[in-house]
Amino acid sequence: MSAKANHSSHKLSEKTFLESSGSALKNPKLRSNFKRAMNGLMEKRRDIFPDASELEETRARAGGIRRKTLAHLPELLEKLEANCESNGIRVHWAETTEQANQIVLDLARSANVQLAVKGKSMVSEEMHLNAFLEKHGIEAIESDLGEYIIQVVNELPSHIIMPAIHKNLDEISDLFHEKVDPNRPCESAEEMTATARLILRQKFHDADMGISGVNFAVADTGTLCLVENEGNGRFSTTLPKIHVAVMGIEKVVESLQDLPPLLKMLTRSATGQPITTYFNMISGPRREGELDGPEEVHLVLLDHGRSKIYEDELLRETLLCIRCGACMNHCPVYTRIGGHAYNAVYPGPIGKIFTPQIEGIERVGYLANASSLCGACVEVCPVKIPITDILLRLRRNHVRKKNDRHWTDLNGGKSLMELMTWKGWKQVLSQPNLYRTQASLLSRIGNLLPAQIPVLREWARSRSLPRFSKKPLHRLVEEAGIDHE
Amino acid sequence: MNETASSRSRILERLHGIHSQSRFADHPEITETQSPSWTTEEKISRLKSRMEAVHSEIHRCSEQEFDTVFRKVVDEKSIGSLLYAKNTQLGSRIHSLKQSNQENMPELVNYDVSIETMKKRIFSFDASITETLGGIAETGSLILWPSRDEPRLMSLIPPIHLAVLQAETIYNTFSEAIDEGKWDEKGMPTNALLISGPSKTADIEQTLVYGVHGPKQLVVFIIQSN
Repeated sequence: MSAKANHSSHKLSEKTFLESSGSALKNPKLRSNFKRAMNGLMEKRRDIFPDASELEETRARAGGIRRKTLAHLPELLEKLEANCESNGIRVHWAETTEQANQIVLDLARSANVQLAVKGKSMVSEEMHLNAFLEKHGIEAIESDLGEYIIQVVNELPSHIIMPAIHKNLDEISDLFHEKVDPNRPCESAEEMTATARLILRQKFHDADMGISGVNFAVADTGTLCLVENEGNGRFSTTLPKIHVAVMGIEKVVESLQDLPPLLKMLTRSATGQPITTYFNMISGPRREGELDGPEEVHLVLLDHGRSKIYEDELLRETLLCIRCGACMNHCPVYTRIGGHAYNAVYPGPIGKIFTPQIEGIERVGYLANASSLCGACVEVCPVKIPITDILLRLRRNHVRKKNDRHWTDLNGGKSLMELMTWKGWKQVLSQPNLYRTQASLLSRIGNLLPAQIPVLREWARSRSLPRFSKKPLHRLVEEAGIDHE
Repeated sequence: MNETASSRSRILERLHGIHSQSRFADHPEITETQSPSWTTEEKISRLKSRMEAVHSEIHRCSEQEFDTVFRKVVDEKSIGSLLYAKNTQLGSRIHSLKQSNQENMPELVNYDVSIETMKKRIFSFDASITETLGGIAETGSLILWPSRDEPRLMSLIPPIHLAVLQAETIYNTFSEAIDEGKWDEKGMPTNALLISGPSKTADIEQTLVYGVHGPKQLVVFIIQSN
């Protein structure tokens, strides 16, 4: 399993995906780590939603709020900007992750920042912000415990809510011993947590900049909301003299009253908690006379392909996501191959639909194939994103892009080979005599066909070929004495 | 800044460019969910059980009993130094308690200087005590609106956070708190918080551990009048 961090996305390729998912499947420790964790998370979610009709009602409400928000996205972003600015929050816009990184770097440089502490933020992962800042001589320390653990060994998060879920206690204990502090006890989760607390409290104390994500931004009041359990988000946004929040443009909501149902669905769907320890609502830098809080608050609004996604009515639903991770917890593919196999910032079902759209369908469209279309993700999604419909659309778009243009335009995206195969199939199945001849032929020589021949090759790459029966079905039926239908 | 301005206009242009017909296509009605409406007693017990489930310590007492209950907690937890906000109502009560009970009270530290001055010391206190704006029964949460008198870090840095909650300020839901507290009209403070227990993590093999970055213990005094 190639669990090493991939801080630039150019390594994304179908070949590496197939290789890494193949080796993940053969890694029993990894599989048991994921299986245990996902089972636990599914159970917790089930327990917090005992009433199915109430769950449906809340999903409809949360989904309705997100859909209403998206319908008014440009207006709400303008309103958010105006209200943030009047609260003293400086708003910056970035079309690309490069621009967003540059904005953060410029802010850091102008305040002579050496050390930044970070709260958990998937958008900052999307930007590969840590690596960028490091390259420019600024240390950025992850302070969420899970993120801290994977930063120490330079890996990507394997889950958007529980970044270090791929590691078990013993592995983390070894890592603490080797890379964090060999002199402190690190056998239990309690001991390691205590060590991290000690180290990171010093970092919070020393840092000049705090970087965070945003779970919801309220347009009406210019309020940035953060959902967390550990308190590192509060530290990062309160103690350093500058707070920089990075946010995808889709995270805006209209009013404070939109928060309770979304918060409820987020924490329940994610970890089965009625609420997290902290819900942190920030509406500006330190005001005159106040004794703490950052002197400057900046909000970086990142597009990174989102406005393009917004153009299409179906694909737009990708932007409803509130990043709870329930889709991955319930995904049979994710549970078996783990988060790193995707080699992408967002793994699992949401990653399969989001990554190809922001990184380019030509390059990573294959991710949409990594699904059995079972629809478990759609059933648990708190805002009802039609993930399977979007997967099918992306598959179609990907095939069209990949195949010969002339053929694909004429034949609904199918390649010549695919077209011929289906035509042949249709011929055989619509003519009884032809069908019988083919069936009896295959029953005799079918098992001799090598798996490498075209048509079979693709299918057989990750599957064993089925054995043909010695007698065709028609013969077996006759022998069983079944007369006609 | 030029670059961010032109990014802004390009992003907004693309978003505005979508046909409004497509943007406002049939969206489902947003259903209003029935809000619970509990009695004060129900609200208290619900908040208590929710908060205790995540390792908070709850003490119910009357206005008169508070001093005794508070001192008992201080004693039990061997709190030697307590960060407090002298200018609040609670602060002045704690202050006068100290005046009258020199021996049985911890050293009191008033948070009255800016964090830049306070930074070196603030990590060394045993506990802090703050007021709350209210509570939320449904989720078991405290609402805090830190202020000039009672700064933000009081409820974050000391390992034990003591919080005082008036029973009549417990709302049924978060939504009700926003509505009845008129958060929209009043305007939001620099920082508003919901706190629903001591700091916790489950990032190591999903093992729940309390006291990761913020307070290791949260003690709530629920004060009921008469």
